[in-house]
Amino acid sequence: MPTQNLVDFAKEIRKHTIYTIGNLGVGHIGGALSIVELLALLYGETMRVDPKNPDWEDRDLLVLSKGHAGPALYATLALKGFFPMEELDTLNQGGTNLPSHCDRTKTPGIDMTTGSLGQGLSAACGLAYGRKLDGKKVFVYAIIGDGESQEGQNWEAAMFAAHYKLSNLIAFTDYNKMQIDGTTDEIMGLGDIEGKWRSFGWHTQRTDGHDIGALQKAITAAQAHTEGPSMIIMDTIKGKGAAFCEGDVSNHNMPVTREMADAAIAELG
Amino acid sequence: MSTKEMRAVYCDTLIELAQADDRIMVVEADLMKASGTMRFKEQFPGRGVDVGVAEANLVGVASGLSAAGKIPFAATFGCFASRRAFDQFFLSANYAHLNVKLVGTDPGVTAAYNGGTHMPFEDVGLMRMVPSLTVFEPADPVSLKALVKASAAHQGCTYMRLHRKPIEPIYSEGETFELGKGKVLSDGGDVTIIAMGAIMMVEALKAKDALAKEGIAATVIDMHTVKPLDEELVLAQAKRTGAIVTAENHQTAGGLGAAVATYLATVHPTRMAMVGIHDEFGQVGTQAWLQQHYHLTSDEIVTQAKRLLAQ
Repeated sequence: MPTQNLVDFAKEIRKHTIYTIGNLGVGHIGGALSIVELLALLYGETMRVDPKNPDWEDRDLLVLSKGHAGPALYATLALKGFFPMEELDTLNQGGTNLPSHCDRTKTPGIDMTTGSLGQGLSAACGLAYGRKLDGKKVFVYAIIGDGESQEGQNWEAAMFAAHYKLSNLIAFTDYNKMQIDGTTDEIMGLGDIEGKWRSFGWHTQRTDGHDIGALQKAITAAQAHTEGPSMIIMDTIKGKGAAFCEGDVSNHNMPVTREMADAAIAELG
Repeated sequence: MSTKEMRAVYCDTLIELAQADDRIMVVEADLMKASGTMRFKEQFPGRGVDVGVAEANLVGVASGLSAAGKIPFAATFGCFASRRAFDQFFLSANYAHLNVKLVGTDPGVTAAYNGGTHMPFEDVGLMRMVPSLTVFEPADPVSLKALVKASAAHQGCTYMRLHRKPIEPIYSEGETFELGKGKVLSDGGDVTIIAMGAIMMVEALKAKDALAKEGIAATVIDMHTVKPLDEELVLAQAKRTGAIVTAENHQTAGGLGAAVATYLATVHPTRMAMVGIHDEFGQVGTQAWLQQHYHLTSDEIVTQAKRLLAQ
């Protein structure tokens, strides 16, 4: 069972994500809100990180390959104390440390630069291989999108991770079943996505991505799997928790007014 | 140093570097045998990584290894290193300020029997457009060894063109090299030949001898690093001879010719000629036939030098 703290942390991340995008007026809100519970669990419990020493060599690492969900990760990192909360107000402004897509050179706590979809899992493979080579007992986590799974490079990385038995690599697919042009089934169906990862040699689980307890169990099982990499396919809802866009196929990147944001935040309580 | 396969020198140098620095790694995409790095993998199990036929992943994994503190030398044919994995190298490696040493083998016409599909005439041009990237092509075994070491010591990404086959040394053992600093091989006041890479340095030196027989004194520069360009040396030569012939195994648009011309156009417009590929695709053939076909020859350098001097 998740502690109340994790549930509360997820709510705070969600509120601050909505606030940040509402403050800007536009943003990738749908795919940011669908990974909030996962981020709350990773940074609230699972990952060993030190906000005061973001480059700590023995930390666990996260590659947010769907880099456009950056605002949710920024809210998480700010709440954890990696940088001041006020910086969330600078999202996408000239000179900001919080660009729309994740940038390891700008933001404390961001472990890999992403944004060109399909590249993050390869980088996560390199990180996992390097850490394993050094004998470090750390995990590398990666989050890829469902639309992003259409990029072929993911499957090159999938073969690599299985071939080199990267058991320190745990990836998540944010399966919210929507992409820019429509639902994934309409645009480029993922078919038997579990079977695909399994057949590539990955320990594969499927879970409710908004149920922190279920995610905890899945991550524990993935960590215990020592034969190779793990994939956790999360059934999620794009735009989860913001009534103005939840489950709306047009919420990939949409205008969000301050009023819309305030109303959604008030509703979360 | 006697004539050796360039790829053997590449591998020997990486092994030497790796013995002293455990961050050095080799990453390949099913071309370890071609790049000559199989011995590295045998000597350093775990530090020689084959990703299979997957160039995007090659560069992505190398970027991740770099983020983990390693210094990965990732090699594949130049056509794949540049055209196929450009976005990965641009974003995951360079934009992310990592430290990936990408190597494109078989530059230009040296792809020979692999033909037009495998013949990179545009890799330097693509790479020159990547901010802060160091782009270079060693001309012989001595400079290859020195410049691979310089690349390893350089903090930041580099792109190296590697001619794999045996090349006669043009430098003496112990000669020193610096990335971004051209080497002046002969000193003549009439015309300056600025060349790059194993094939064109040989032709440039032959051209210098041919010109000398006609009473024309040529300076020959090995501009191994096309980016950052040795602007100081280019400007000094432009002022001195007022006539520059560039020579490269690559498209002149985007390549060495363009780099020199762009620089001089803004500071000291100079009569120039460019020997290289002029907006054409590659094709199959022997290297000798291809050099003749595309005019990558000492004769062409001589012709162009004389044309400039007659103007």
